[in-house]
Amino acid sequence: MTALAVVQLVVLLGAIVALAKPLGIYMARVYEGRPSGLDRVLGPVERFLYRIAGINPGDEMGWKRYAVAMLLFNGLGLITIYALQRLQGMLPINPAHLPAVAPDLAFNTATSFATNTNWQSYSGEQTLSYLSQMLGLTVQNFVSAASGMAVLVALIRGIVRRTASTIGNFWVDLVRTTLYILIPLSLVLALALVSQGVVQTLAPYKKVALVQPVVIDQPKLDAAGAPVKDAQGNPVTEKVTVTEQTLAVGPAASQIAIKQLGTNGGGFFNTNSAHPFENSTPLSNFLEVLAIPLISAALCLTFGEMVRDRRQGWAILAAMSTIFVVAAMVAISNEQAGNPLLTKLGVDQHVSATQSGGNMEGKEVRFGPAASALWAATTTGTSNGSVNSMHDSFTPLGGLVPMAMMQLGEVVFGGVGCGLYGMLAFVIVAVFIAGLMVGRTPEYLGKKIGAFEMKMASLVILITPAVVLLGTAVAVATAAGQAGASNPGAHGFSQILYAFTSAGNNNGSAFAGINANTQFYNFMLGLAMFFGRFWAKVPILAIAGSLAAKKLTPVGAGTLATHTPLFVGLLIGTVLLVAALTFFPALALGPIVEHLQMLAAAH
Amino acid sequence: MPSRVQALKLFEPAIVRRAILDSFRKLDPRHQVRNPVMFVTEVVSVLTTCLFIQALIGKGEAPAGFILAVSAWLWFTVLFANFAEAMAEGRGKAQADALRRSSKELTAKFMAEPRHGASWAPIPAQMLHRRDAVLVEAGDIIPCDGEVIEGIASVDESVITGESAPVIRESGGDRSAVTAGTRVLSDWVVVSVTAEAGETFLDRMIAMVEGAKRQRTPNEIALSILLAALTIVFLLAVATLLPFSLYSVKVAAKGLPVSVTVLVALLVCLIPTTIGGLLSAIGIAGMDRMIQANVIATSGRAVEAAGDVDVLLLDKTGTITLGNRQATAFVPAAGVREDDLADAAQLSSLADETPEGRSIVVLAKEKFGLRGRDVQSLGATFVPFSAQTRMSGVDLDGRQIRKGAADAVEVFVTALGGAFDESVRASVDRIAKSGGTPLVVADGPRVLGVIQLKDIVKGGIRERFAELRKMGIKTVMITGDNPLTAAAIAAEAGVDDFLAEATPEAKLRLIRELQTGGRLVAMTGDGTNDAPALAQADVAVAMNSGTQAAKEAGNMVDLDSNPTKLIEVVEIGKQLLMTRGSLTTFSIANDVAKYFAIIPAMFVATYPQLGALNIMHLATPSSAVMSAVIFNALIIVALIPLALRGVEYRPIGAAALLRRNLLIYGLGGIVAPFVGIKAIDLLLQVLRLT
Repeated sequence: MTALAVVQLVVLLGAIVALAKPLGIYMARVYEGRPSGLDRVLGPVERFLYRIAGINPGDEMGWKRYAVAMLLFNGLGLITIYALQRLQGMLPINPAHLPAVAPDLAFNTATSFATNTNWQSYSGEQTLSYLSQMLGLTVQNFVSAASGMAVLVALIRGIVRRTASTIGNFWVDLVRTTLYILIPLSLVLALALVSQGVVQTLAPYKKVALVQPVVIDQPKLDAAGAPVKDAQGNPVTEKVTVTEQTLAVGPAASQIAIKQLGTNGGGFFNTNSAHPFENSTPLSNFLEVLAIPLISAALCLTFGEMVRDRRQGWAILAAMSTIFVVAAMVAISNEQAGNPLLTKLGVDQHVSATQSGGNMEGKEVRFGPAASALWAATTTGTSNGSVNSMHDSFTPLGGLVPMAMMQLGEVVFGGVGCGLYGMLAFVIVAVFIAGLMVGRTPEYLGKKIGAFEMKMASLVILITPAVVLLGTAVAVATAAGQAGASNPGAHGFSQILYAFTSAGNNNGSAFAGINANTQFYNFMLGLAMFFGRFWAKVPILAIAGSLAAKKLTPVGAGTLATHTPLFVGLLIGTVLLVAALTFFPALALGPIVEHLQMLAAAH
Repeated sequence: MPSRVQALKLFEPAIVRRAILDSFRKLDPRHQVRNPVMFVTEVVSVLTTCLFIQALIGKGEAPAGFILAVSAWLWFTVLFANFAEAMAEGRGKAQADALRRSSKELTAKFMAEPRHGASWAPIPAQMLHRRDAVLVEAGDIIPCDGEVIEGIASVDESVITGESAPVIRESGGDRSAVTAGTRVLSDWVVVSVTAEAGETFLDRMIAMVEGAKRQRTPNEIALSILLAALTIVFLLAVATLLPFSLYSVKVAAKGLPVSVTVLVALLVCLIPTTIGGLLSAIGIAGMDRMIQANVIATSGRAVEAAGDVDVLLLDKTGTITLGNRQATAFVPAAGVREDDLADAAQLSSLADETPEGRSIVVLAKEKFGLRGRDVQSLGATFVPFSAQTRMSGVDLDGRQIRKGAADAVEVFVTALGGAFDESVRASVDRIAKSGGTPLVVADGPRVLGVIQLKDIVKGGIRERFAELRKMGIKTVMITGDNPLTAAAIAAEAGVDDFLAEATPEAKLRLIRELQTGGRLVAMTGDGTNDAPALAQADVAVAMNSGTQAAKEAGNMVDLDSNPTKLIEVVEIGKQLLMTRGSLTTFSIANDVAKYFAIIPAMFVATYPQLGALNIMHLATPSSAVMSAVIFNALIIVALIPLALRGVEYRPIGAAALLRRNLLIYGLGGIVAPFVGIKAIDLLLQVLRLT
């Protein structure tokens, strides 16, 4: 790792921790209904929203009612985006006159955004109208994130409350999250991004003259628009000189702000945050990569605040940060080291005054390998999925890191809300085994962990491996699935594994090489996203309900402390071991063998 | 104390023989299905056996010898797990057999009327019903559990308790319960039957010891769920390897797809067979260790709860202090001579058969040489202690000598026109504050002084409480004494808290309060008035010497009737949980090495570079698979002693305990199989078995 890479990592981690504390405390106040500052301004808006929606904010829900409200809300969101895409040709705010989206792609995209995954089989600027982007995707960027945070808050209430039958009101949690947390933060970030040159406009796409005209081969079309073929049946091409280019623009900054803060990741443009209009400068890059884990990290401290033991929040944040730092270092050093096959060919991949060195395939020159690899670790650990470089072009181990970060179950910061509740499911498992080892029936924060909690936590931890492994198995066993892999050999397997890993864990990032906009992948990945998201959410709420009903066991000398470095280490071990045991065989056939092949070829 | 249960050797030959037979009997799928991990293992063992037959008669997917070897070791894995369970049960069964011999074919002297002297007829004990009356005379074996309604007898209860000294059983009071199978040594008793045949204490004990009615405990169920979840994860990881392998072979255009036999081998190595195979043995062994400690638990749930106990309620008398209070000093009132006080005290205590009364007579003799006198010959009338007067004494030559609690005596002397002088009041306070019990002696209206009775705290008890504190358990002393006395004894004994002037209701209230606060409460008791509190407590140990009501209210019976046994009970509970947790960790940690053995073996033909993962340098792919499977089976056998004995508990605090066990079973669990698999691989090479 270069010194600059170390500085980037340290500054990023420092900024996350520094901002997480005040934000975490602020969010705890918001969720507990205590004065937060903004409530003086936004309080009337909140109350107005309840009045027009007919919500009684004091109406507490049991876990089943809470789950039904959450599922209904997300279900309606899914249907709305689907309808918007199918009807966008007839709807306004469509200056590019984009037609209706095909049903399979519309299903995939609707599921993707309603599940906070933001897997994109399409390229935004060529497929979706401004209205679909704003009313469909951007709205879901807010509310799918808010829905994840609501479930987390419900779980925390379950831990805090004693012998209670309710865990809060879903609508209130949803409104408060959006109004007090997501909108204000997005506003600030969007303005900061605009200052760096990220576009924000409703004007149509711009035609600009090229500085240097280019000549390209273009297939010759006949009068009917069909390609003309020569005697051998090959398409006939003709030389065309291009002098101008259409630049896609649009209301990007506002969507990017929430795409990062809400760990959504769906870009406005196809190349996502590698696009200069989405991510213009190293500063905008830093702001975006900071925004990605910010809320998830802060929620750990919100948790500590709400359970009235800040150490618990710091312990979980420490576990997450440790895994993050190690993963980022592995990715950065592998990317910075470059490709030994190229070294063998005499390519200079060293850092110098004129180049950033390292593996630069699929990376932006303005970011370089360090910022790209750091971003890759951040975006995959947090279920964000936005990219500023193409992970498909990473070195095998550099590309293993993003894949593994997702396979950990999106708990290294993780998605907003879902990252922490996923981590708490691991905590339940860790506490269960550790509790036994100290000779007590297991408990966490004074709540006994019984068979029911174990069953639900197991469901949460089981679902993503099941979705990922079964999805990949179906894909590699069928012709339609095999057709998606654009590379031969082990890398083709890695591409397919990456796609299902990303969808099943609701990340949304892609190994760019895969051709996923087919009926097979749109449908399979859509299913993977759906089950990965909602199968996990319902058992989490069930745990919340069950814990809320329990008595509090007071802490004694025999109680296992869950804020110590020892426990943090155990938690890290549990997360790593579960993922490693589940995915080691699959990884061995993908990135690990790729790496070994590369080394063998280089010698 | 002699133990009823002969300390069995870990691998007693008779038990081992029976266990080997039982391991085959337990192959019945109806038995296996209760344990998901081992059920999966058995199913895939059948599968590989079928593959072997296929390889014999036609085209096999792998060499028949290899499939046979894998199948054989998979069957061994199941058998070893069965053996562990059978070993644990076998120890119980051996004990049950001994018990059963003593309960065989008893004859009862069935009485026409429930009174001594009524006519009786011999009938088989099985025909007795509740509330029937039977006569038991010297030399007879008591045919039923019951309550003595008439008579007194010395009874040899060694069959139950192991204690050879006979005990007295008599009608009324707390010593009226008798147990089937015990023998009357002298005199006679009339017993009213309290348990139907087949439901006696002895029957329940046999059932308990045999583990016949063993239900899975809540924690065991929760752990089983975790193990089932892990099994599903590994099932997924292994099953999807087949399409992954087919795809890889296709794109690499090299090697052969992985065989089902090898996939099955990987699956069995990965699923937590070690803990899955030993889980029920651990549970049974926990009960067994209770029995070794001469405690019969009525459910495994109670044993598990014992590990969680936060608060221990202990009766002062007999548990913290030596049985009874003893007189240690005479403190005369102002103007009274000490020997006058001693004389009056002795007179008032001559006919007092309570231990306190006797200790006063002894003290008077030691200090002033006052000899015992016969109350009858003195012409005195003994006034026994009553709950109303709370005094006892004698009426002699018109003198009314009384001794009793200060307030009771004050009422007595005031009524006779006397007064309590300040020096007496001061002595009373001083004695009470020092943990003693003041007994005031009065002769008519005149107060003579105070006798100091003192509790003697048992030796070594302070250290035991300190140990409990380190385990995170709070001790509460329960006593009928006043708060001052209680506080002094509590301080001397080193308990954390005390409940003074305790009534059965106050006891019950305290338990409920603690439980509402989320604490788990353990207590011991023997009297009928303890029954409500015993029923309420989470872990309730009734003394075997106690009443039937107490025994039924509790969830454990201590055959030694030793109240400090609770500490051992708690330790056994903790050991049980720790053994489960540690072996689970060990089992999962083992998987790391097994991956490094099997994954390269599986794919090295397709991707030769994966040979780099063969960090153990195992000789061939097939020897790698075999070594992992063999290690996986043998580790179950190797851990049987640990499962039966339990992981050692040390009161060193939760953090230190966790660190220690993580180091041994976590880190050890990662390292051990690397060593073991390599060793087996080398052995296979030497024996040329691959």
